[in-house]
Amino acid sequence: MGKTLFDKVWDAHVVDTVDNGPQILYIDKHLIHEVTSPQAFNELEERGITVARPDQIVATADHNTPTENQHLPIKDEMSRKQLQQLTENCKKHNITLYGLGHKYNGIVHVMAPELGITQPGMTMVCGDSHTSTHGAFGTIAFGIGTSQVGQVFASQSLLLNKPKSLRVSVNGTLAPHVSPKDVILYIISKLGTNAGTGYFCEYAGNVFEEMSMEGRMTVCNMSIEMGARGGMIAPDQTTFDYVEGRKFAPQGDAFAKAVSYWNTLPTDQDATFDEEYQFDAEDIAPMLTYGTNPGMGIKINGAIPEKGDMTFEKALEYMNFKGGDQLLDTPINYVFLGSCTNSRIEDFRIAAAYVRGKHKAANVNAWLVPGSQQVAKQLEEEGLKEVFEEAGFALRQPGCSACLAMNDDKIPAGEYCVSTSNRNFEGRQGQGARTILASPLVAAATAIAGKIVDVTKEAVA
Amino acid sequence: MEKFTKLISTAVPLPIENIDTDQIIPARFLKATDKKGFGDNVFRDWRFKKDGTLDADFPINKPQYAGAKILVAGDNFGCGSSREHAAWAIVGYGFKVVISSFFADIFKGNALNNGLLPIQVTPEYLKELLAGIEANPELPITIDLENQLVEMAGVHAEQGRSTKAEFEIDPYKKVCMINGYDDIDFLLSKKAEIEAFEKERMVF
Repeated sequence: MGKTLFDKVWDAHVVDTVDNGPQILYIDKHLIHEVTSPQAFNELEERGITVARPDQIVATADHNTPTENQHLPIKDEMSRKQLQQLTENCKKHNITLYGLGHKYNGIVHVMAPELGITQPGMTMVCGDSHTSTHGAFGTIAFGIGTSQVGQVFASQSLLLNKPKSLRVSVNGTLAPHVSPKDVILYIISKLGTNAGTGYFCEYAGNVFEEMSMEGRMTVCNMSIEMGARGGMIAPDQTTFDYVEGRKFAPQGDAFAKAVSYWNTLPTDQDATFDEEYQFDAEDIAPMLTYGTNPGMGIKINGAIPEKGDMTFEKALEYMNFKGGDQLLDTPINYVFLGSCTNSRIEDFRIAAAYVRGKHKAANVNAWLVPGSQQVAKQLEEEGLKEVFEEAGFALRQPGCSACLAMNDDKIPAGEYCVSTSNRNFEGRQGQGARTILASPLVAAATAIAGKIVDVTKEAVA
Repeated sequence: MEKFTKLISTAVPLPIENIDTDQIIPARFLKATDKKGFGDNVFRDWRFKKDGTLDADFPINKPQYAGAKILVAGDNFGCGSSREHAAWAIVGYGFKVVISSFFADIFKGNALNNGLLPIQVTPEYLKELLAGIEANPELPITIDLENQLVEMAGVHAEQGRSTKAEFEIDPYKKVCMINGYDDIDFLLSKKAEIEAFEKERMVF
């Protein structure tokens, strides 16, 4: 019987199998950041052990960093200490750190792919659930807890039970205005937030084959929002073209050799999955969430379901919406364009194309946060920074920002925020904040109109 | 890691579905660089009102559930962020067991790595358990890891209804929990195998 993409990569990394138990999986690359690593470093110290493979670890500062005045000392004492701790730990253990202000600094899941650290066929982990992003390259990439960060430090391996396999296929032609973000929000709205739990997901079909790498990253990023530890897309020419020439990508003959191996990775014709779902691209529209988990999504011109269970009612009460309501025309005072889901150059290009020649609504506070220093640089080089500024927007400095509101970028209580991030949980963007997840295009349109508008009624940029 | 074999305790009902780790411990409390103190902020924005006072209606705050070491929660517990701080917060508050009809993967692993036992039961048994606790907050519940059993003492027995439920646990993790072993010890013992694998692995 044939093997899936996941099987091939997994099997190539199994060191050993414990009798009647888990397997030891070798980890090629380990990404770390300031929030989920300090306790793991402490664990090493307490046990008197060293980091096994520092050259396979890359660190960045992203979760708890300010997005303004990054050149100044951080005001919040605990945040400053947390970042200092990361710097000290990396120095002590010889780990490469792209700290605040470094030209490669950025959100871990934006920075690693753009530097070519992420490559097909690898195993990658990070103490962050959105590590699933890197699956866009045909990589087994998943989030881990801090104990596991310590395990990878100590052994460059993890003890894991092989997850079940799931394939989500989307075929057909996407309508104009429908972006990769809408595709994944649609899938999650259909399958729910725990359909993927216990599974690793492969996305297949012409919709993903035709998607750019950045779009694929957006899709794989949100795999965890349907419970799947990771999501993968078969590597193809689009993948190879993206990886080629990047700083840490294989060069010359090594690249050619790598490509011939990567070409063997796609799922075999006769491979089977434990679970399969299929959707038609034609049924997908720009999406919005109305509730407090990413599965509570509707089409932009749709209506909130009339009734639901206790959890549904609790969510609607928090959001101050009623069953049967439409979200169109809801006044919006906050817009966030950023996060590891949607802060790459293509996301800003889409937003810039929409806002060009228009002006931000007076009631809107819009936070535009590039995913990395390199994205910020590209925004300037492409003249997009100017486009945004002329439209009344100010760009911030890279970081996770209002996606999790760990720094000062918090949405005030009771306010709605149309956000390109990945989670609309209660209080996620600030205590009492009400998040509506959407694509960069919908976010841009909201910022211009000051309310939610039906982008499908507008000309295609 | 602390050993876990058997526990007899009362329980707190928290019948809310999809409790994500942002609710268990909000991001603004993730700035610490050690594992201490997270218990003080567990379910922070549910336990406390906007004015900073305790919300007497939130189950964990109710006096009848004080001292309970078992948390009984709705479906899909621990979804969202991978933050292990969620497990530290629950353990820090004093819980040793979380019972639900479904757990998110990463949370489940984090719990087991911290001596916190996640027990998955059927939705029917969960309902029965919640009803039992709500009818009698002093109801002692026995968790027997060795035999993989949850038991509600006495309740419903007179009605001839089952009060016991078996639960599944990965055999390796069971051994770890009972003996207080953790994965680092095990992985370090496999150093030779890992190094041998490294010599053969594909690197470009």
